[in-house]
Amino acid sequence: MDVFGSFALILAFVCAAYAFAGGIAAIVTRHPLLIKSTRQAGIATCCLIFLATFSLEYLFFTDNFSVAYVVSHSNRDLSTFYKVAALWSGMEGSLLFWSLLLAVYVFSVLIAYRNKNGELMPYVGMVMAGVQLFFLTLNNFVESPFKALGAPGADGIMNFVARSDGNGLNPLLQYPEMVIHPPNLYSGYTGFTIPFAFALGALLARYPGEKWIHLTRKWTMIAWMFQSAGIVLGAHWAYAVLGWGGYWGWDPVENASLLPWLTGTAFLHSVMMQEKRGMMKVWNVWLVFCTFLLCILGTFLTRSGVVSSVHAFAQSNIGPWFLGFIGFVLVVCLGAYLKNRDYLKSENQLDSVISRESSFLFNNLVLLVLCIAVLSGTLFPVFSEWFTGDRISVGAPFFNKVNISAGLLLLFMTGVGPLLAWRKTSTESMKRNFGWPLAAGLLTGAIAFGFGFRAFYSLICLILCMFVAATIVLEFYRGSKVIRARSGASFAACVIDLTMRNTRRYGGYIVHVGMVFVFIGLSGAAFNRDVQKGMQIGQSMQIGPYTLVLQGADSKPEKNYTAQRMLVEVLRDNKPMMMMFPEKRRFVTNQENGTMVAIYSTLKEDLYVVFAGEDPETNLPVIHAFLNPLVKWIWFGGVVVVFGTIVALLPNRRAVLVLAGAPQPTAHPAGHPLPSSVTLREGHD
Amino acid sequence: MKKQAKFGVGISVIVISLGFLAWLGYGESKTYYHTIAELSTLNGSARTQRMRVGGTVEPGSIRRLSGRVDFVLEGEGKKLPVSYIGSDPLPDTFVDKSQALVEGRPASDGRFVAEHVQAKCASKYEAAPGGTNGAATSSTQQSSM
Repeated sequence: MDVFGSFALILAFVCAAYAFAGGIAAIVTRHPLLIKSTRQAGIATCCLIFLATFSLEYLFFTDNFSVAYVVSHSNRDLSTFYKVAALWSGMEGSLLFWSLLLAVYVFSVLIAYRNKNGELMPYVGMVMAGVQLFFLTLNNFVESPFKALGAPGADGIMNFVARSDGNGLNPLLQYPEMVIHPPNLYSGYTGFTIPFAFALGALLARYPGEKWIHLTRKWTMIAWMFQSAGIVLGAHWAYAVLGWGGYWGWDPVENASLLPWLTGTAFLHSVMMQEKRGMMKVWNVWLVFCTFLLCILGTFLTRSGVVSSVHAFAQSNIGPWFLGFIGFVLVVCLGAYLKNRDYLKSENQLDSVISRESSFLFNNLVLLVLCIAVLSGTLFPVFSEWFTGDRISVGAPFFNKVNISAGLLLLFMTGVGPLLAWRKTSTESMKRNFGWPLAAGLLTGAIAFGFGFRAFYSLICLILCMFVAATIVLEFYRGSKVIRARSGASFAACVIDLTMRNTRRYGGYIVHVGMVFVFIGLSGAAFNRDVQKGMQIGQSMQIGPYTLVLQGADSKPEKNYTAQRMLVEVLRDNKPMMMMFPEKRRFVTNQENGTMVAIYSTLKEDLYVVFAGEDPETNLPVIHAFLNPLVKWIWFGGVVVVFGTIVALLPNRRAVLVLAGAPQPTAHPAGHPLPSSVTLREGHD
Repeated sequence: MKKQAKFGVGISVIVISLGFLAWLGYGESKTYYHTIAELSTLNGSARTQRMRVGGTVEPGSIRRLSGRVDFVLEGEGKKLPVSYIGSDPLPDTFVDKSQALVEGRPASDGRFVAEHVQAKCASKYEAAPGGTNGAATSSTQQSSM
């Protein structure tokens, strides 16, 4: 099966090379048969990658320990669930996984548009094949996952060998999130290839109009949704597994996943400028280019270990390949832009500082500044070494200082932006839209302050969250009221009806609500508390309203590891409440340790208990307890964001009612509360 | 022209204030990274700066004393005695021959006083898949938002 797999990969490489080179030829000659054959080569590439991945998984499931990758990432006792995940637990496999997910996207695009957009598709196919070609080069010639296990024999010649068992999967990865988090994040990373291919293709083809933006909207949102889910799941994994009480440490690898999300978010907003007003065309094209480059850079950072010495992953020789690819893509993008930049002329200009356009402009500005700050902080050790010879790293205070303020600014604009009208907003409409929400926010702030809520940023965050939530609720309320006046249906039914009539707009609001929840959760971090103590059995410690009593310890052997558990009884106000079992796991095959945190989570706060090891002096078990307010809101917000994105992806339901005499709106200012006619519109806001 | 000026002011206010915050944060959190060999060549204020030093834990050198843990880091043929005085228990992966990164300041007697220790298992540490979320080491030093 390993021979089959590597053969499929080689063939995939050949097909991708043909799809790329043939694609260029097809663009030049415009020969219909050549166009058709390159498209089919593209489809074949994808199918061959599917086969290669399938054969690697087959090797895992059949415990084939003659393949190096299987030996180092699996063992016989590993559960089925984690044998699936073992595919992406190392360098070679995760690069194949990149290719696989990209192949899923490319396959869908090639099939979905096989008879459409004939002018544009050859260009798009060529770009996609180019990206695939790069990853297949790595899969085949640099980091092949199908390498046989070799060992020098008695005569000094390398022989093929097979082991009876493998080394097992890294314990940190034996956690459910680790099975779903990487696919999500990778689906995000790879998914941005599609808008990139369309943007570059449209620019090369000088494809008229904003059609490429309409075509890629869905793909961008799907990629963005996966990226968001991946980031949240990753944070949750870090929270639940690493046992340090937090969910985000500004690690280079975390930052790498955030960077394309920031530019992707900026892109999703600024395309509306181009659709509605024909502006910011250059900006949009470059946002897509940057998002794609940041995806590649993210993969490079996580895979090459260029940034941090100990946080580095397996050192390998793929660094130069990635740098070369990034450089190549940059040159191609720059060349295409310089050659065809007249095609990107703006049709309109900004009219007023208080308008929808300018809110998008500032939203993009802040997102971009954030992106630059995170990027420069992440790469600071590299650059400081180049320029000054000293390797200097910056830590959390740097990232927090910039990101908290910029994040709050963004949150503010989340509330304001969608309600401003295009071109210019009147003072009257501002009063109508923002009066109540502003009052609600300030009132909440005053009440919180009265209850002793003093952390500055958290207080601002709370006020803004209330403000934004109120603007959105008001939007839903006003729209539903209009529908209800006509149909008389229940309010809930009207809200659903309203949402389904303009999924893009109301789905977007739901995503914003999700972000509000995330911000509420983040604001809790200012109030985190923790206590750490070496405890004898029977001793207790106090954190917030909880008393933790160590009742005992036990040890239970499992299939793949031995767990050492602490039995901690939790009392609240001196009444017994529950038992918690933080544990340490000692994995048999590779003698590594894993920590299992015990978490009791409520909307108000998380009680987070870690068995932190033994005190070096007294050999007493050390219990580290954290009280983290509001963390659950972050996970909940993440779910809402994904849900909102799915809503926004649904097609609009056609309005059934037609009001007699309603004026047909053509370019209605989208920011206003819905007049009755607008609710009937098939609109994109 | 007036309109452009307004935008210009808005944009500069945002960029400059965020830039200023970044500069503040930089001053607060910058940490130098040195190799063990470089330590002896430092002089003046560079010797007392907060820094990170990486190396391999010398086998058999870990001594757990009251209030601190002493061990020796090796790298590039040089050795550096380290006293860890932090309050967190050392990470699971901190054992003989593991790669470790210590953060703190050199003391006048030549020992390195570390407040944080991160360790990476020597035998095998492959990437966190999907390469996300900083799990490359188990560490006692992580900063939350």
